[in-house]
Amino acid sequence: MSGLLELTVAEAAGRIAAGEIAAGEYFDAWRAAAAGDELNAYLWRAEDGVEGTGGPLAGIPVAVKDIFCTEGVPTTAGSRILAGYAPPYTSTAVRRLGEAGARVLGKTNMDEFAMGSSSENSAFGPVLNPWDRGRVPGGSSGGSAAAVGGGLAPCAIGTDTGGSIRQPASLCGIVGLKPTYGAISRYGMIAFASSLDQCGALTRDVTDAALLLAALQGRDPCDSTSVGIEGGVEAPSREDLKGLRFAVPGELARDAIDSGVRAVFEATLETIERLGGAITEAPLPHAEHGISAYYVIAPAEASSNLARYDGVRYGMRAEGAGDLTEMYEKTRAEGFGAEVKRRIMLGTYVLSSGYYDAYYGRAQRVRTKIASDFAAAFAEFDFVVTPTSPSVAFGLGEKTDDPLAMYMSDFFTVPMSLAGLPAISIPAGLAEPDGGGPRLPVGFQIVAPAFAEQRLLEAAFALEREIGFDAKPGEGAGG
Amino acid sequence: MAELEAVIGLEIHVQLSTRTKMFCGCELSFGDQPNVHTCPVCLAHPGVLPAPNEEAIRYALQIAVALECEVAPRSIFHRKNYFYPDNPKAYQISQYDIPLATGGRLDDIRIHRVHLEEDAAKMIHVGESGRIHGSGASLVDFNRGGTPLVEIVTEPDLRSAAEASEWARLLRTTVRQLGVSDVNMEEGSLRCDANVSVRPAGSEELGVKTELKNMNSFRFLERGIEAELARQQELIGAGAAVVQETLHFDPRGVTLTSLRSKEEAHDYRYFPEPDLVPLAPTEQMLHEARGSLPELPAARIERYREEMGLPPEAAAQLAADPEAAVYFERAAGAAAGVEPRVVANWVTGELAAALRQEGGEAGATGSKVEPEALAALVVMVQEKRISHGSGKTVLAALVAEGGEPGAIVEREGLAQISDSGELEAIVATAVDANPEAAAQIRAGNGRAIGAIVGAVMRETKGRADGAEVNRLIRDRLGV
Amino acid sequence: MIDREQVLHVARLARLRLDEAEVEKMAGELSGILEHVDRIGELDLDGVEPTSHVVELENVLRPDRPRPSWPRDVVLEPAPDPADGAFRAPSPQADSQ
Ligand SMILES: [Mg+2]
Ligand SMILES: [Zn+2]
Repeated sequence: MSGLLELTVAEAAGRIAAGEIAAGEYFDAWRAAAAGDELNAYLWRAEDGVEGTGGPLAGIPVAVKDIFCTEGVPTTAGSRILAGYAPPYTSTAVRRLGEAGARVLGKTNMDEFAMGSSSENSAFGPVLNPWDRGRVPGGSSGGSAAAVGGGLAPCAIGTDTGGSIRQPASLCGIVGLKPTYGAISRYGMIAFASSLDQCGALTRDVTDAALLLAALQGRDPCDSTSVGIEGGVEAPSREDLKGLRFAVPGELARDAIDSGVRAVFEATLETIERLGGAITEAPLPHAEHGISAYYVIAPAEASSNLARYDGVRYGMRAEGAGDLTEMYEKTRAEGFGAEVKRRIMLGTYVLSSGYYDAYYGRAQRVRTKIASDFAAAFAEFDFVVTPTSPSVAFGLGEKTDDPLAMYMSDFFTVPMSLAGLPAISIPAGLAEPDGGGPRLPVGFQIVAPAFAEQRLLEAAFALEREIGFDAKPGEGAGG
Repeated sequence: MAELEAVIGLEIHVQLSTRTKMFCGCELSFGDQPNVHTCPVCLAHPGVLPAPNEEAIRYALQIAVALECEVAPRSIFHRKNYFYPDNPKAYQISQYDIPLATGGRLDDIRIHRVHLEEDAAKMIHVGESGRIHGSGASLVDFNRGGTPLVEIVTEPDLRSAAEASEWARLLRTTVRQLGVSDVNMEEGSLRCDANVSVRPAGSEELGVKTELKNMNSFRFLERGIEAELARQQELIGAGAAVVQETLHFDPRGVTLTSLRSKEEAHDYRYFPEPDLVPLAPTEQMLHEARGSLPELPAARIERYREEMGLPPEAAAQLAADPEAAVYFERAAGAAAGVEPRVVANWVTGELAAALRQEGGEAGATGSKVEPEALAALVVMVQEKRISHGSGKTVLAALVAEGGEPGAIVEREGLAQISDSGELEAIVATAVDANPEAAAQIRAGNGRAIGAIVGAVMRETKGRADGAEVNRLIRDRLGV
Repeated sequence: MIDREQVLHVARLARLRLDEAEVEKMAGELSGILEHVDRIGELDLDGVEPTSHVVELENVLRPDRPRPSWPRDVVLEPAPDPADGAFRAPSPQADSQ
């Protein structure tokens, strides 16, 4: 059985298509693996096997972040307010995976409503990092990242609003792809910040990410902002980076980065040069204001998106409330966790009368500046590269009392989200945390122009091959 | 004290008669069982997204063009955030700072703006809910929730309650003629709120206004505004100030109750709806909207008066009722040699009266009287082939059974007596039979002639020409 | 920077009931975050258009074609307090309205 779990999704799909493995057997092997979840990665696991599926992903189990509505299956977005809720419909992303033959292996744990960078903000307990169970897996798609990184799923989908796929992928030593905003339908994906949320893949390697993206992308009449990727997505095959120009934004690189992370980042730049790519420092002057703009725009949209959880039509309702206002206030006070409340408060404040221009209006203008910085960079360069996260996985509870410090985890990933650009994090090596300890995965982020996913995947594929990252959790790591 | 002048503006919500809701495929309905026209989108389940109805946009453009508005080259939707059980997302998708259209007019009243939005659900307040200290409960029915609405806001150009209700009727006729709404105030497909204030006559400044809601007929609209104007005038007369508030009209006692006090003034936290893309009406869309415009009442009144010589009341009466107008024009076109003014008199006078007499609800169009038949009848009367009185008899027959007036005249023997010898003999008999009247006429009392004319008419069964009978009587009496 | 009163006002707008400890904590945390955010106040953004969308689409519309609505028992199934085929909610009381 364990041999099956060693296969990448592409390999397994190939063998299933060739009739060498039965789809049901493969799926069952992963169900057994998922049943051994000690990371609190799953909130729900499939009880039935699969039979009779076809398509490019026939029989492939996918761990699905619990933010994707799946008909009849509990979908909570990690929140108490949706405990017990089973949606009457299925998200487009999950439906498309199903049409390609894939099946939901389980629903993965996450920061409540995708608000967080550590997966500690789940109403159902924190997710543990497979490399070190005393540390966080990153967030908010921490359950998906831990499942793939910890050998509990061959691949997963998640959502990325300001780094929620890339950062946990980085912290769990796997690949995390956030496509261009609009590449994949958001229909049925529980909204956090609508202008930023994007579905993406968490996989063992770049080829698997391409495979999932190919199935997921496409225009959806249910999502007015969906576009799809023209020409589709193919498995990448590029082996060098000759003639490609990589920009390193000085503004981002000079900020606080752990020394181990910096070392891996610089080594990766050398790898790029070895493959024929050119590295140049280039300005991205407004990117450093990304966190500020993001923590206005995202909470503002969230305050509105989360207002529907009011105890009237579905979900939790507080007991014993008298009038309507009391019912609303108690339901929401009991249903939401601290971080969600904090962001609802922040978002409500920045939109409220008298503050809109100073905060929301300004943040949107900063967003424009960040997008035009990227546009200027892409006029000269093929890619922008950064570390994915300023540090390796940090300890459980280490940042829970300091929201701003937690927000800074997304320092390198937020600007791309604001500009709607595709970005991928690939494991680039291991590094010791700044305070010392066992070595942990470090991610390398590559960013491409909008809808240049194929170009992005090709470069990531070539680089991944050259890096040859093959470390696994549990080898010397505490846990 | 200076005389006070009324300053009134109207805000009208028109439910569009599309087949489906504004943002989902649920069918519009009226009077069905509660919650049978709902889906995850219009119930605001987690993860759903709005998909705008193109027919609603088309209808809204027609209204904008009919009201001579300037259509915005690019309008956007906003979220208007507020909690209420009839508002499932806790925000209404509405247009805010860039509405669909601005700056039009209807008659002499300027239109401030025309924008698109979605309707709220219906709430029924019920008694005791059995809750600990709850005073009652509401039942929410989402069938109506999400119905496309066009909101039309006038400038404060109206100067009396009567003018406001008269103008609202013209607006209703105009919208009805476009065929984009049922515009029924009782059923709520046309809803009219009024902003009312008073100021010293001749002043340019606006006084403090109040907003009147819940007037579900034109009569109530007029009464509500009247009551509010009286209240404001009294307040100011007593040296007190008008407080800005929303008032709820109660038709039972024609009273107004305050809905919310000013410190509860809403902070709607408007921001651009990230789930929708801008609306940029193309030349083609505008062309279609203009091309689909029928002649609107204001233009029709003008044409009836200027080109067809109708008196103002008849012109207004016909133009206000598109069906009657079409009927009138067909009849006028078929009545060769007869002035349209005369045909109009028959349509609005004798025919309307005969239809009322018959007791049916149908107007001229739905009656058995073909416009061509009416035209033939008017021609016969005009040419004195039958008397006016016989004309009414024929009309009654047409209303009852339809058919050709010529045939009815023949069958009933109603053709005018054209043999003057025969008529003279009847007149002579009548004069002899009424010696008292004859004496009075001779003595100079012209009005006494009526008794003899009546006798002649009875004898001839109305087939005599009244003027001719008059002449013959006078001849005989030598006056 | 954000005081108790503002926290309570915003909590009321957001329909969140905060206890005393949460109000204090929230005031401090929001102030800290906004202090960081305020750095964008120093940028020269005159004449810069706001971005509320990164997709460059217009007029994405749906044909006016009905789709079956959902069976009423399905839509009422997750309701916390269904009654008479409808969703029941407490009444807004006059004194709290
Ligand atoms: Mg409105
Ligand atoms: Zn619906």
